[in-house]
Amino acid sequence: MKVAIASGKGGTGKTFVTVNLARSHMHPLVVLDCDVEEPNSNLFLTGELVARHRYSIMVPQVDGDACNGCRICADTCEFNAIAVIAGKPLIFEDLCHSCGGCAVFCPQEAMTEVPHEIGTITIRQAGTVRLVEGLLDVGKALAVPLIRAVKNYEKSTEGRTILLDAPPGTSCPMVWTIGDCDAVVLVAEPTAFGLHDLQLAVDTVREVGIPFGVVINKDGLGDARVAEYCQEAGIPILGKIPHDRQIAQAYANGDMVVDSLPQYRRLFVQLWASIEHLVFSKGGSHG
Amino acid sequence: MVDAENLNIKELVVLSGKGGTGKTSFTASFAALADRMVLADCDVDAADLHLVTNPHVVQSHEFFAGKEAIVDRSRCDGCGLCAEACRFEAFEALDDGTYRIRPIHCEGCGVCVRLCPEQAIRFEDRNCGQWMISDTRFGPMVHARLHAAGENSGKLVTLVRKEARRLAVEQQRDLILVDGPPGIGCPVISSVTGAKAVLLVTEPSVSGVHDLKRVVSLANSFDVKVFVCVNKADIDMRMTESIRRQVIEQGNHFVGTVPYDEQMVQAQLHALSAIEYIKGETRDRIENIWENIWTAM
Repeated sequence: MKVAIASGKGGTGKTFVTVNLARSHMHPLVVLDCDVEEPNSNLFLTGELVARHRYSIMVPQVDGDACNGCRICADTCEFNAIAVIAGKPLIFEDLCHSCGGCAVFCPQEAMTEVPHEIGTITIRQAGTVRLVEGLLDVGKALAVPLIRAVKNYEKSTEGRTILLDAPPGTSCPMVWTIGDCDAVVLVAEPTAFGLHDLQLAVDTVREVGIPFGVVINKDGLGDARVAEYCQEAGIPILGKIPHDRQIAQAYANGDMVVDSLPQYRRLFVQLWASIEHLVFSKGGSHG
Repeated sequence: MVDAENLNIKELVVLSGKGGTGKTSFTASFAALADRMVLADCDVDAADLHLVTNPHVVQSHEFFAGKEAIVDRSRCDGCGLCAEACRFEAFEALDDGTYRIRPIHCEGCGVCVRLCPEQAIRFEDRNCGQWMISDTRFGPMVHARLHAAGENSGKLVTLVRKEARRLAVEQQRDLILVDGPPGIGCPVISSVTGAKAVLLVTEPSVSGVHDLKRVVSLANSFDVKVFVCVNKADIDMRMTESIRRQVIEQGNHFVGTVPYDEQMVQAQLHALSAIEYIKGETRDRIENIWENIWTAM
């Protein structure tokens, strides 16, 4: 079972829900932190380092002797990552999307692809939780290749349950994270911004076509419009986490709420049951 | 040439790294406090500023950026060269031996279009959303709406900022206030490139501090003045103090703190900026932060 924890708006509690769900699971499971611009799961799921490696995308390199300055590479690049100056291609690695087109189409076979580092992948073992985190280097623009690399790790997870901590928003990084998941949990807060961004996230998840449900975080803050919207739109509410300053403080300290405020443990156990129901009965709201 | 820089138009980009720290609440409040400004909402995939500025849309434009490949299945002979060359897992083999492209996966690189021996793949401009110019009670506002699962958010950010700049020049306004996206990737880089000042809104939590570090280091790699303020400061005063010290040590500007105040949420629900809705200390603190920034700019 592969479940993404997502939201349109940032700061609604994706990581909070992810790490506490992970901690209250009965069996070993895997957390993939796909919020590679600002990954935070490791602040809560602390544990022993298993492995760490740099991640590279492939970018072109020009063999100056073979290149005859024909400009086909620059003309075929849709991302303006190649400019031909004084008869020689100049590569802008940070604009390159690694499509490989320039190498394919160079008539002189003067383009080879070489690695270009954009981030780090770290694997930790925190109790029964295996955490795989992608961390994009500061200044690098493209998060998606690193997200895909983090998701690739699932091939070695031996059928274990996987939780994906998604990046905020509704554009490519979020879409690549939730793609091919069995279900998406949208974490929303009952505020005006929370409602609006939930609606955007719902449109996006429907576009991708994955069963989903909503967790209302900070329930009691704001008003009832998020719950009313879910009811009207036929979206299951998988759980409600009360608005409680104690939770905010525990979370701010880096504490796991299911450990430091055990009264909330049951809530996450119940949330697991709702998620399983969503996945196995396909009872959720579909695309 | 008349441009924003030699007319001395200031631009402040509000960022945070971590989402949900209060970027939009602060931006709207500054809009209420500043004279002669233009608003730009650059959080294009989860734009919220319009919920508290009640914009009256004056102009609306479609946003086209990049391309997408589309298979004409009547010409496809199923050779599979396209799927083999595609690095983005965009091709899906269908039962009749032809292929289909999953639009969400298509990166718009055009490799398949050029490779297809049957010329069965069209390459079309991609409609990624809309952008609008609106009137608000604070002044003009440029905002956008990326389509669900949309691409090219960085280009849309660049466009929104460019239009805001054009309006500021045309209407002789002094300031552009940019509500930025969370994170540090493509749309954030597009929000900061060429700007002169950023405000980073953080909160005293382990996540807030972790994310602040990364966005500070991104901002400091550009030639911009960096202001930092702490929202929900009393959630952990010690952490707030340590953020303040670190900001100053790094040579950036610490411009103030705001306590945790549920009236911030009430302001949103009443479709007002915090400055318009809230009375008392929180209001004074926000006003003070704005004065500190405006003076230093």
